[in-house]
Amino acid sequence: MSSMIEFRNVQKYYGEFHALKDINLEIDKGETVVLIGPSGSGKSTLSRTVNGLETIQEGQLIVNGRDIADRSTDINRIRRDVGMVFQHFNLYANKDVLENVMLAPRIVLKMSEEENKKQAMALLDQVGLADKAHNMPSQISGGQQQRVAIARSLAMKPRCMLFDEPTSALDPEMIDDVLKVIKYVTSQSDMTSLIVTHEMGFAQEVANRVIFMADGQILEDDSKDKFFDHPTNERATQFLSKIIKH
Amino acid sequence: MIHLLTSNWSAFISGFGWTLLSSVLALFFSLIIGSLFAILEVVPNKALRIIGNVYVEIFRNIPLLVITMFFYLVIPLYIVKINGFAAGTVGLTIYTSAFIAETVRAGINSVDPGQMEAARSQGMTFWQAMRHIVLPQAFKYVLPPLGNQFVNLVKNSSVLAFVAGFDLMYQGNAIASQTFDTVNTYVIVGIFYLIITLPISYYMQHLEKKLA
Repeated sequence: MSSMIEFRNVQKYYGEFHALKDINLEIDKGETVVLIGPSGSGKSTLSRTVNGLETIQEGQLIVNGRDIADRSTDINRIRRDVGMVFQHFNLYANKDVLENVMLAPRIVLKMSEEENKKQAMALLDQVGLADKAHNMPSQISGGQQQRVAIARSLAMKPRCMLFDEPTSALDPEMIDDVLKVIKYVTSQSDMTSLIVTHEMGFAQEVANRVIFMADGQILEDDSKDKFFDHPTNERATQFLSKIIKH
Repeated sequence: MIHLLTSNWSAFISGFGWTLLSSVLALFFSLIIGSLFAILEVVPNKALRIIGNVYVEIFRNIPLLVITMFFYLVIPLYIVKINGFAAGTVGLTIYTSAFIAETVRAGINSVDPGQMEAARSQGMTFWQAMRHIVLPQAFKYVLPPLGNQFVNLVKNSSVLAFVAGFDLMYQGNAIASQTFDTVNTYVIVGIFYLIITLPISYYMQHLEKKLA
């Protein structure tokens, strides 16, 4: 069993609106999958179903060997292993940078204070922000906040990371530093990543595999090279031609 | 006025003491009960939400005096004998807790939902996320209206006078009817209330500045 995330005939509705239409998708351990598509296509929704922030109405969604849709599954247990990085960072506004990284390991994993602090400082160092450990989130830039958010996720030692448009809310000059960190995270051989992004250059750089979504459906699911060189789906071709032009 | 104050000193002071005690007790318990019902109003579980809602809507929309009388006159008939002070303080607590629940709920709703999502995405339970992330931010937002509720609570404690709670208002009524010096009596009573409420106002303003 080598799949980390598996969607089997997943359907998601918001009231009448059919947000995810019969999604079938298998992501193997260690893969880096980039999810692209026009806005409103359901790509964010899809990534948010993986850790149960969005519920699904039909089908099976197996994450790290457990079915999320099964009522007996402890969702909090799954979430420990699945880190998430949000478009708007969502750092804990009432905690300083160091506490942001240390909080969940302390109360969810019951990590010892000493080990926790050592790990947190090492992670902050990794994202280049050890000197900001005692700043509040509001005192650092968006790009820095997003790097802290990544460190915060990694502190739980996840087996899988979800990046939900991690650079969409950033000023252009901040984006590179964040992408560099994400690239490093995804390059770890045992890390599975699902990245929703509009950064095509970045997608080409990090992805093993690219999925194109529109109207709640997966229209194309290919290896990176095949997708960018010879997309088979017409809407994917149109989408790429529009984006790559700029 | 000085003479009135000195000749009735012990009555004023005892009334002041009971008012202060009732206010402190009611403040403490209404803050806890109010916060609990505020959380009940936002939990994912629908049945609990309804319970929270019903509690708040009932006790927010009945006059304080009616609630107090209920505890003073009805509860002793069927359940347990309680004196005026206890009945008044319990009534005050429940009444105020409904307002505090509404205030705190507004605070919770004004915290960016992304905060809860981030906490949940890290494997925290709803209650852990509430306690460590959402509530601390919510209370900061609602400090000013919460301060108003505390001041209102102290003033509302005068309801104890109606149920023989021996509070400041009760003593004031008694002194006024004995001495016929209504003007000075109620001015003194008013000043005693200010001694409690003004520090609360100033302290809340100070906290607000400190946390801003």
